[in-house]
Amino acid sequence: MSLHLERISLTVGGSHHIDDVSLTLERGTINVLLGPTLAGKTSLMRLMAGLDRPTSGRVLADGVDVTGCKVEARNVAMVYQQFINYPTLSVYENIASPLRVQRRPKDEIDRKVRAAAALLRLESHLDRTPLQLSGGQQQRCAIARAVAKEADLVLLDEPLANLDYKLREELREELPRIFAATGAIFVYATTEPTEALLLGGSTATLSEGRLVQFGPTAEVYHRPRSLRAAATFSDPPLNVATIEKRGEAIHLPDGTRAPSSGLLADLADGRYRIGVRAHDLLLARPNEGAIEIRGSVDVTEMTGSESFVHVHTGAHAGDLRWVALTPGVHEVVPGASIGIFVDPKRLFVFAEDGQLAAGPVDTGY
Amino acid sequence: MIARRVVLGLYLAQLVLPIYWLITLSLKTNREIIGAMTLLPQELTFENYYTIFSQPSWYNGYLYSISYVVLNTIISLVIALPAAYAFSRYRFLGDKHLFFWLLSNRMAPPAVFALPFFNLYSAIGLFDSIWAVALAHCLFNVPLAIWILEGFMSGVPREIDETARLDGYSLPRFFFRIFMPLIASGIGVSAFFCFMFSWVELLLVRTLTNSKAISAIMTQTVSSAGTDWGLLAAAGVLTIIPGALVIWFVRNYIAKGFALIALWKPERARVGVLGIPTTRGDRLFITLLGSAFINLAWLGLVGPDLGWALALCLVYALAVFRLV
Repeated sequence: MSLHLERISLTVGGSHHIDDVSLTLERGTINVLLGPTLAGKTSLMRLMAGLDRPTSGRVLADGVDVTGCKVEARNVAMVYQQFINYPTLSVYENIASPLRVQRRPKDEIDRKVRAAAALLRLESHLDRTPLQLSGGQQQRCAIARAVAKEADLVLLDEPLANLDYKLREELREELPRIFAATGAIFVYATTEPTEALLLGGSTATLSEGRLVQFGPTAEVYHRPRSLRAAATFSDPPLNVATIEKRGEAIHLPDGTRAPSSGLLADLADGRYRIGVRAHDLLLARPNEGAIEIRGSVDVTEMTGSESFVHVHTGAHAGDLRWVALTPGVHEVVPGASIGIFVDPKRLFVFAEDGQLAAGPVDTGY
Repeated sequence: MIARRVVLGLYLAQLVLPIYWLITLSLKTNREIIGAMTLLPQELTFENYYTIFSQPSWYNGYLYSISYVVLNTIISLVIALPAAYAFSRYRFLGDKHLFFWLLSNRMAPPAVFALPFFNLYSAIGLFDSIWAVALAHCLFNVPLAIWILEGFMSGVPREIDETARLDGYSLPRFFFRIFMPLIASGIGVSAFFCFMFSWVELLLVRTLTNSKAISAIMTQTVSSAGTDWGLLAAAGVLTIIPGALVIWFVRNYIAKGFALIALWKPERARVGVLGIPTTRGDRLFITLLGSAFINLAWLGLVGPDLGWALALCLVYALAVFRLV
């Protein structure tokens, strides 16, 4: 099945939850909806499923208009952030429930339930009720129900957000494998850019109800078309600064001057916005052409294998804030003066209207 | 620890005393009841119970009452379940006002409706039937059941409804197969409250039937020849039993039902001078029961003028709510 959203909008009480989104999803693909909270991920999923009706626009499944179609008649499965199962039924009956409604033969139901349970490692818990399971197992049960149903469209709305780190990692690894075999359109909503990169497939970045960019995940990550696309797909947040190019030099608002080399060399004079991902902001000079920015350290966060160094530049605190992500443990004293470096070949340059003016040519990944 | 036991023991005695007194009364002869105060029946008699179980007017009274109470409970739940679902899941014009208006029905005294009901039922030939009482009681029980059930239903995540729709369930099938088992405790609590209201309600029953219900028949023990205390006590004991049975069956859910009151004004149980954790409801209960005993003591020790006893009760109430 292919799913086609045609200029979908959803307006509730005067506010645009979804604003003119067009999107085509093909069968057997993994699609990630990426955006911060309130970006419209859940709204968009509910429209895809048919739980809500768009204010304008059409939803087409295999070319057939299913916009006003009853949810019961569509072959869709959805997994929520909360662990939603039927608490009064056993795990077995939970997984079997969509098949029971379809009145499939008993042996077929049994076969499919056991296969789905095996895939999600629930075989030994089939007789329990969902509330007797751990959080991770409850979510596995919800996912198993979607698998057993063999839905054409599987929607997962931040399914791992309520799980602890270890379980999240474990289930995230399994998910693409589980759904790869089914041939369904697999849609996964998340707020975390890392999760989108780990899942692969295609990514649609959303912001304030609008579709910002859609394409293969790596491409959306490496070649964002606009400042908004780059900002949505950056964790920690993208470092953004306004620069002014005059002839051979660029000026930063904090007074930093640097020769315009690398990507900046070919730009026409004028004002631009540059975006630098945290891991491209370095604490040591990478090469001769690197732009050095002097500032003082606000705070250092250490995760063990990496350190986030928060730096502000300029005379007043808050003039410009930067976050550098560096491997290893760097203990930098707050208040210390420090130099941070940007490779002029490894940054995004956006025109004032937010469109990409220049980006890294060879991504080197 | 011992102090706590003593306090709890006294509290329990306070609760059990009226019931104990009722049971012993039912096992005494009228001569003994009027004659002297005895803790245990001196001449043990089952005559009062025998009267009730052998005379058709008595045992039919119980059957009559049970039939309209059960009928009312069923009607109330059948109406309240879909209504509560609508209030819990859908937004429609005036839903909040309608919801509150329902409760305001429950606040009106039954006497207000007795005469219109009498007039209406006489006109359509429904007078003096179990349907008359069962339908009249719906006016009070349906709103209550809707309010209780709505609370329970809103506790079930909406996503369960949606998951069921995505799974292919039709609304009725989802409601019976998935949703009703989820709110089983709410249904139990609602049934309990409907049952209790209908069982003890006297005014509408007497107005709308020809003295067939047990609560009406019990008043016949008072006649020009005096009051048949023993028989009245025996009937009273038998009246408590159905309520006690219902409480036994839904005992695990009742606390949850009462907790709904706390939704309006959340509170925590606190431990006062009695050394036991009490909530607002407990304190009210202790106040009411204690006041009854204060009045009784005043009647026995001082005299029939209860003005000062009432003042004493107020002081007692204040003390209970402050200290307990």
